[in-house]
Amino acid sequence: MGYTIVYLSLIALIPLSTLVLKTTGMGWERFWQVVASPRVIATYRLSIGASLAGALLNSVFGMLVAWTLVRYRFFGRAIVDALVDLPFALPTSVAGITLTAVYSTNGWIGRLLAPAGIKVAFTPLGVIVALTFVGLPFVVRTIQPVLQELEPELEEAAATLGASRLQTFRRVIGPVLLPALLTGFALAFARALGEYGSVVFISGNMPMRTEVVPLLIMTELEQFDYQAATAIALVMLLMSFGMLFLINLLQRWSAGRHAV
Amino acid sequence: MQSDEGKIGRLMRENFAWATAPDPAGSVRRATTEPPWAQVLLVGGAIAFLGLFLFVPLLAVFEEALRNGVGAYAAAIAQPEARSAIKLTLLTAAVVVPLNLVFGLAAAWLITRFEFRGKNLLTTLIDLPFAVSPVIAGMIYVLMFGSQGWFGGWLGAHHIRIIFAVPGIILATTFVTFPFIARELIPLMEAAGTDEEEAALTLGASGWQMFFRVTLPNVKWGLLYGLVICNARAMGEFGAVSVVSGHIRGLTNTMPLYVEILYNDYQFAASFAVASLLTLLALLTLAAKSVLGRRVARPSSQQPRPERSGKLAA
Repeated sequence: MGYTIVYLSLIALIPLSTLVLKTTGMGWERFWQVVASPRVIATYRLSIGASLAGALLNSVFGMLVAWTLVRYRFFGRAIVDALVDLPFALPTSVAGITLTAVYSTNGWIGRLLAPAGIKVAFTPLGVIVALTFVGLPFVVRTIQPVLQELEPELEEAAATLGASRLQTFRRVIGPVLLPALLTGFALAFARALGEYGSVVFISGNMPMRTEVVPLLIMTELEQFDYQAATAIALVMLLMSFGMLFLINLLQRWSAGRHAV
Repeated sequence: MQSDEGKIGRLMRENFAWATAPDPAGSVRRATTEPPWAQVLLVGGAIAFLGLFLFVPLLAVFEEALRNGVGAYAAAIAQPEARSAIKLTLLTAAVVVPLNLVFGLAAAWLITRFEFRGKNLLTTLIDLPFAVSPVIAGMIYVLMFGSQGWFGGWLGAHHIRIIFAVPGIILATTFVTFPFIARELIPLMEAAGTDEEEAALTLGASGWQMFFRVTLPNVKWGLLYGLVICNARAMGEFGAVSVVSGHIRGLTNTMPLYVEILYNDYQFAASFAVASLLTLLALLTLAAKSVLGRRVARPSSQQPRPERSGKLAA
């Protein structure tokens, strides 16, 4: 017991507390000055906005992917299923350079979008692409088990009562999936919020335009402005803890619903 | 406070539920499936989405890596700097994975075999690295051990380097990867229960004998599963390591960092060549994951939470 707690303290708790202590040392005024400066606000806006967009995309398509993986049998399904976890397993720098290569104007996908005037790499759209990539497994993996355990009787009952498939989905399956969907959404969002590696390449890192919060922290660190870095990091940490709390609530809700 | 199930750990564990579940699409249930055209449309939509975000980038890694031919590919990997990056990555994993293995076992043991105040808090704390941005994870060590940090003066006086050196890389990697093994073991050990262990003790086994003969064999696949994931993350961590490494070529560059450096030097093919090695590692990890996932006995998969008393060994 002592070992576990000492290990946790050494590796995580004491180092994290330095972050809080360092910020309390800088005074409220300076803290506010840093945290509310236009450049920092712009990064919050982009980070939150792009993470939301990515999580939304993942919710819609994650549900679709989970549905097809559970319900249909098609060629290569097992491989597709295993590959869904690729964003967990692939180092983020590899994801970053690859997405940049694919989505830049002469890349495989970017080339097709360029004639339509859509630029992805080095624009906020690119940030969304990267954050969608890192959050991709979450919604699929939260919905999949719920869909699996869904009793067919529910759908059969709906069908005998004359419901169409769409009605069954909206009225019967949808409400059952909702807690899991929200949990997946929150997980994808939380992951995207802190993401650094895959974004740094594709975003182009232009201040006020394509700079996300972790990137700005990194920039401040590289300029040895530790105070500014810690202040921004603290705000970010509070957001993360908020998300962690929310996810805990959601999971309890979905576990409760699940058991009934 | 009952949310003992970890976030990512739980997702990962649950993703192979389909392997053991009975086929839900029975052939007679016409009324509860979609018409063929709708099925094709849905599968097509899912594949198209995954194609845009997963498959095409995955293929692109190898295409870019081999752009200048196999010779250039081999040369890029044989570079002394590349070799030292590979060595450092292996070294980091070799130190971090055993550390976290011991921690994972101890934490899972503590959480599943004892009742104490603050247990829920401890369980939540184990998930901490999932919530913290990797940049922040690296930064906290800079604040502690960097030249301006808490121990910076003392370390400087004794000529010990942690930040911008290998120990920092190991610390940051340890932080990012400590939940993985613990998260795998906790539900398995919970489900296995204490009956068999108690039987072993009454038969005269010592504590360690019980641990190695009963406890460990019960969770071995789950443990292996956790090890695989922990190892993949330890070798692949980028953000946290990037903050503490200082990017000293040949000294403090791990493979993911070396990928970045080559890329920023416009040596794209070389960068992708190293990246392709990491991608192969990721693919291997996924393969191991799906094989191991099927082997892990999952007694707790159907009921969300078995009661602490009256558990049966599966």
